[in-house]
Amino acid sequence: MSSARSDALAPDATLPDARVGEHVRAAAEAIAIPLGAIAVAMVLFGIFIALLGKNPLEVYELIYRGGFASAFAWQNSLARAAPLMLTALCVALPAQAGLMVIGAEGAVVLGALAAAVAGHALSGAPPFVDKTAMALSAMVVGGAWIAAAGALRQYRGVNETISSLLLTYIGIAVFNHLVEGVLRDPASLNKPSTHPIGTANMLGDFPMLDVHWGLGFGIIACIVAYVLVYRSTWGFGLRVVGGNARAARFVGLPVNRVVILACALGGAAAGLAGMAEVAAVHGSANASVIAGYGYAGILVAFIARQNPLAIIPVAVLFGGIAASGGMLQRRLDLSDAAVLVLQGIAFLTILGAESLYGRFRIFRTEASR
Amino acid sequence: MPHSQEPHRLRRRVLQAAVAAGACALAPGLVSRAQAQSKLLVGVIYVGPKDDYGYNQAQAQAAAAMKKIPGVTVIEQEKVAETIDVQKVMASMIEQDGATLIFPTSFGYFDPHVLKVAERYPKVRFAHCGGLWTEGKHPKNTGSYFGYIDECQYLDGIVAGMTSKSKKLGFIAAKPIPQVLRNINAFTLGARSVDPSCTTRVIFTGDWSLPVKEAEAANTLIDQGVDVLTCHVDSPKVIVEGAERRGVYVCGYHASQATLAPKGYLTGAEWNWVTPYTEHVKAAQAGAPMKNFLRGGLKEGFVRTSPYGTSVSEATRKKADAVKADMMKSGFAIFKGPLKDNAGKTVINAGVAQQQTDPVLEQMNYLVDGVIGKI
Repeated sequence: MSSARSDALAPDATLPDARVGEHVRAAAEAIAIPLGAIAVAMVLFGIFIALLGKNPLEVYELIYRGGFASAFAWQNSLARAAPLMLTALCVALPAQAGLMVIGAEGAVVLGALAAAVAGHALSGAPPFVDKTAMALSAMVVGGAWIAAAGALRQYRGVNETISSLLLTYIGIAVFNHLVEGVLRDPASLNKPSTHPIGTANMLGDFPMLDVHWGLGFGIIACIVAYVLVYRSTWGFGLRVVGGNARAARFVGLPVNRVVILACALGGAAAGLAGMAEVAAVHGSANASVIAGYGYAGILVAFIARQNPLAIIPVAVLFGGIAASGGMLQRRLDLSDAAVLVLQGIAFLTILGAESLYGRFRIFRTEASR
Repeated sequence: MPHSQEPHRLRRRVLQAAVAAGACALAPGLVSRAQAQSKLLVGVIYVGPKDDYGYNQAQAQAAAAMKKIPGVTVIEQEKVAETIDVQKVMASMIEQDGATLIFPTSFGYFDPHVLKVAERYPKVRFAHCGGLWTEGKHPKNTGSYFGYIDECQYLDGIVAGMTSKSKKLGFIAAKPIPQVLRNINAFTLGARSVDPSCTTRVIFTGDWSLPVKEAEAANTLIDQGVDVLTCHVDSPKVIVEGAERRGVYVCGYHASQATLAPKGYLTGAEWNWVTPYTEHVKAAQAGAPMKNFLRGGLKEGFVRTSPYGTSVSEATRKKADAVKADMMKSGFAIFKGPLKDNAGKTVINAGVAQQQTDPVLEQMNYLVDGVIGKI
């Protein structure tokens, strides 16, 4: 990760032509290395499958068919990818400021709760107003939750990795307490839930697709985050803070404010994921919202090397693996744990491949050779 | 799960698949082959692992039995979350595998997930476990099945009450929802029917699968002098093992956990899902209308008790068997007046007997007298 940041921060002393070439080479490297790592992971997984007495070739075929071979499979993968894009941003944005936040799950569930409360309170208002209120309240609550972890670190020196994880436990406990207590719809007998937001206020699907609008939120948020981080002055300041906070302070950057805002933006993205769960899937907030999207987002962000734009394809890949995992279970009687093995191997090989950046001659520019 | 395969068969499969991979698009899928041999493809979806010694295992046992019905092929998927995940899994079973009857077995799958997918696929049958299917409100191609397992809990209570020496019983429960409260109450009423000095201490863990909290709750209860434990969580495994290790008795739930506690296992309340599964399969095979609402207890074969453990005395067996025989006739009511809750408030008036089919029982919101705990 640090190499990506320092590359981007390097002063541009080279000529424009050489710069373009450098960008292309860097992009090619950033694509080729993870792809190579995935290929290695597939081979290792194939060996594991053979040890289980199944045919690896059949498994590869089913992974392709389950996740990517048809329009149906693609929609299956994309629908699963939608929340991961937003929760991955909750890791990637603070990471740009040098923070390792792993508490997106708390922001998701509290964002979902805020959205459900706002959605029910305004269920009589025009749907557009209601939906906007749901999105905003979810983003504010999610943002404040992660900003708290950022503030604790900046002002009290509390490690943000630990505090954000602990905040998640608190968030889930608060969520359960309220959903099973004062906010419970008395009609929800065996599955305690908040009052429904009403069908008119639900987010629909993309036209012609069986994928809800949460995917749109995810893609737009990733693009906006990319522009913000890599194409804006604030983003430049953010990356300076992430590269060297003391230097940033020395040149007069408001480090605390930058860090906390980065956390707040990440938390807002995760909160929005919670809103999409309520408004596009469940129709109310209940324990089903605590589905682990926040934790899966950590993996996505790391594999995307904390680059907001790279999060999109990585999330789709994860969605695809989840979709094809089901196919492996149904067709080959493999257990769910076998699919987790694939995810685990892929994660390790991709992270292991981090050390390979800059080692291959073909990706190096003339100047750096 | 065992994956045994003889070497020569494996070699043949490898060769087959190698050829198939060469002509990838023409590769014959496993299921399309299976479909050619059978008429009905059934999909079963579990929320947890299907070998959890509990809720999911009880469903998986019925799925395994269903595989033996001629003309039926079963496909299964475990650890499917109650999110968009289950919607996509149901759609995949229909679109990619050709399933026409689906058992989404977790309570949380029904609303909104099953309802949404069922509307999109009106020709596919969805038999959901635990839901309250309502005429006019829910699609015709959906249905719910459930069992009156409180009957087994009542029998467990009798066995527990007669076996206990301290007369302190312990119940570890997930959430204070009607289904769970009904079990706690039936267990307590059973125990107090044989010994009114029995009390049940309840600990709610807060969720369906929290093994660490469940183990802690078991230890806490045993430390308080409880000598018979039972529970209503998704997997009773750690509770049953903990009871055995501490040398107290235990009644199982969902499936049989007798092998986990050879000394202390008294009996247990088990689902016998093969009964509703078979009814749905037969209706689907015959093209008969969807069975929208299936309920039953011991008499109908929806639930059963585990065989008595070695610690259960002859007198206890006789007593429990006699009550069981009463239940097998109609008219036995577990919840009848006068009945007070544990705060002294009358919840069922004298002279009122709520039969098992009474919908008011599915909205239970109290703990009966003799239960130590709060909702």
